[in-house]
This record gives sequence, structure tokens and C-alpha cells, in this order.
Amino acid sequence: MMSYPLEVSALGDRELVMTRTFDAPPRLVFDSWTKPELLQQWLGVRGGWTMPVCEIDLRIGGEYRIEWTKEGARMGLTGTYHEIERPHHLVSSEVFDEAWYPGEALVTLTLDELGARTTATMTIRYESTEARDQVLVSPMESGVAESYEVLDRLLARVGVRTSAATG
Amino acid sequence: MVPQTASEDTLNKALSALADPTRRAIVQRLKAGPATVGELAEPFDMTLPAVSRHVKVLVHAGLVEKRRVAQWRPCALRPETFREVAGWVESFRETWEENFDRLDELLATLQTTHEPGDKGN
Repeated sequence: MMSYPLEVSALGDRELVMTRTFDAPPRLVFDSWTKPELLQQWLGVRGGWTMPVCEIDLRIGGEYRIEWTKEGARMGLTGTYHEIERPHHLVSSEVFDEAWYPGEALVTLTLDELGARTTATMTIRYESTEARDQVLVSPMESGVAESYEVLDRLLARVGVRTSAATG
Repeated sequence: MVPQTASEDTLNKALSALADPTRRAIVQRLKAGPATVGELAEPFDMTLPAVSRHVKVLVHAGLVEKRRVAQWRPCALRPETFREVAGWVESFRETWEENFDRLDELLATLQTTHEPGDKGN
């Protein structure tokens, strides 16, 4: 099975953009994002975390509720669907129960068909620059050389976009 | 997916400092080792004060420090800030890479065990 690279970049000062290709038509990718029995199999279910609660009311103005658990710990996510155009476009809000960043985020998922493949572009727009940056912060244990490489990759895209956005 | 602690001030400063191509080039040069402002200025068509201003922004962002070696004040990278900024994007990326690898597996399964009624909508 082919695994495609994930591109992560910052756009402007409030958005994050992720791009990833999948070996499946948009219809299946869209369903995997919006059908509970499918979403439960991949989103955030790692290292012992499971998703016992996944309720999705896939209508404009409809809500979704996701809960993950692990050894008594619980994490929840709630949101509302704003735009639904199966299988190419989905816009929803998201708020974590114990949000570590202020405000809610607006998530736009765009699925482009490329032959038998789908390129998914996920744009997450936060309410502030601080919120976006807080999402990404974490300590890093690896070596300095490695972090420079990571930064090189980041700057190759983010730097250019950021400077374009800030003039 | 997992809450993280924040140090947004460091990030904001570092990222806006690195948004400039000249400052990124200066950082690239410093990866090879410490250098004086004069040495940093060589590859650029810029005056010393202009390069000095760029260095000052990098110092303020915590990405570069000025050392003291006899009468020299060479500039050097501060690895701890780079680690922090790199960790910023990497933890997010890792989480989503893992999510999408699982989604790959799911999609492969869905395509081999297709329910007939699911086709063509």
C-alpha cells in the first residue's frame, strides 16, 4: 500500500494547511470523514485511545460529537457542519472540551479527484495567531541537526508563504 | 489531538523573524558555524548596518546569540530555540501522519470489501 507524504504549512497568521493524497476516490475519503463507523477507525485512535462516542448529524447546521477514551482519561470534540458538498467539500467548526487554544477553529476539507486518487486539502483556521501556534507547540527531544532539517522543510514552504502574507 | 503546553511568544517571534529570506540565508550560513557580521555580509549585496539589523532581529527572536571571543563578537545559532520551533510543527505532523496512515488502511479495506449499495453515489 502506497503512503503519500503529508505536507503541513502555515498560511497567513491564523491558518494551517495540510495536504495528503490517498489511493481512493473522493467519495470514499469523504465517507471516511463523515460516517461514524469509518471515522472511529482512524481519527485519533492510537496508543490505546479509542473513540467510543461518534455522533454525526451530517446536515448544514447539524452537530457532531466525538469522544476518545484511554484508561479512564477522556477527550471530547464538538462541532457544527457549515457546508456540505459530497464528495468534494466539507466545512465544519471544531471545539475541544478542554481546549488548549482559545476559540473555535473552522476546518475546510477539499477533496480533489486525480485519476483513481484523491488529494485532500485540510485548512484549519483559528481565531487568532496565538491559537494556531499553541496547537503546534510541544517540546522536542530529538537532536539539533534533526530539528534544523525539520525547520528547513518548514521554511521552504512556510517562510515563503508567511512573507508573502505579511508583505 | 493531545493538548500541548504553549510558548507562543517564542514561536511568534521566531516565525516572523524567519519569514524574511535574508534572515533565512543568515541562519543557513550560521549552521556551518559562528560568523561575524562582516563575514555574514559577504555573500549579500548589503551594507554592514543592514546586515546588523537583520542579526538584531534574529537575536531578539532568540534564534541567534552574540558571543564574546577576545575582541570578536561572532554570531551563533541558539539550538534550543530551533528545537522548540521544529517541535512545533513536528508533533502536529506526526499526529496527522499517523491518522492518515490509518485512513490509508481503511480506504484499502473499503475498496476490497465494497458494499454493492455503496457504489456510485
